[in-house]
Amino acid sequence: MIVRIATEGQYHLPDEDSQRLNDLDNQAVEAVEAGDEDRFLQLFQEMLDLVRRDGTPVGDDELEESDVILPPPDTTLAEAAHEFTGDGLIPD
Amino acid sequence: MAGMGGRMSTVIKAKINKLLDKAEDPSETLEYSYQKQMELLQNVKKGIADVVTSKKRLQLQQQKLEQQVVKLDTQARQALAQNREDLARTALERKQFAQTELQSLDQQVAELETQQAQLIDKEQKLRSKLEQFRTKKEVIKAQYSAAEAQVKISEAATGVGEEMADVGLAMQRAQDKTEAMRARAGAMEELEAAGAFDDNLQLGSGGDDIDRQLHELTSQSAVDDDLAKMKAELGQSSAPEPGQLGAGEESAPSGERPA
Repeated sequence: MIVRIATEGQYHLPDEDSQRLNDLDNQAVEAVEAGDEDRFLQLFQEMLDLVRRDGTPVGDDELEESDVILPPPDTTLAEAAHEFTGDGLIPD
Repeated sequence: MAGMGGRMSTVIKAKINKLLDKAEDPSETLEYSYQKQMELLQNVKKGIADVVTSKKRLQLQQQKLEQQVVKLDTQARQALAQNREDLARTALERKQFAQTELQSLDQQVAELETQQAQLIDKEQKLRSKLEQFRTKKEVIKAQYSAAEAQVKISEAATGVGEEMADVGLAMQRAQDKTEAMRARAGAMEELEAAGAFDDNLQLGSGGDDIDRQLHELTSQSAVDDDLAKMKAELGQSSAPEPGQLGAGEESAPSGERPA
């Protein structure tokens, strides 16, 4: 599958990583909801690391839609809280 | 597709897709978008230049203060050599103020330096991202002219549209950050220009009464220390034994201390 790290770029990621990424994502949102900044940053970093480590960058001449898009790497807890909790949240 | 139900990625993807819907025919907007992003990149560069300018002004102020400290120190020595302890004390008090202000300036300059480095890093990343976008743009333009590849085109259009939206997002974040840094650098400069640091110093940096008194106490004892040191160097020793400075704080002696 193709994963984009927003503002950074796209990666081809083995499908096996999908579940792990999904778990981390959900845990990260839980951390955001709990207002636990350290935990959020750690989980989010794990997601980024996973994609950068297991993924291979999509070439500049490849035009593909991403299956998954992660937030920009410098996303703060405050930004995440604004985007991913409260009103307007897309239900699970 | 392997089901990603994670919230962060779902929300972000929805956002990007929303941006994407706004873009109509990518081939028409591609060139415009690229030009636009290049212009925006210039804004980020200008932001860096502004931060550098602020930093330079503060550095000039730093130099002036450093000279001031040296000058006041010399003046205190001269006054003391001529037995004008009152003058020496005033000079040393001013020197204390200047030194405190200098410390605060050092911090500001260091902060601006960090900001500058961050902005430069951002600018470089943006530049390489734009370069990537330029390549993708050429690819899709080439595909558009090959009319038979209709299906591939719409897929590619989504891909490039996403890229366009992502470049836009990267640019927007860099700009927000640049604006914030530029504003802070400007504010530091204005504060300095308005002499707010001076006022703060005279009020004691916190401005409340306890802060002020504490500040006066510490700067007073620093002045006493300086004075004692200078006297010792000038061989006028009236200095109490080390460690006993506290005893006579109010009237660090103008004459000899009675034996």
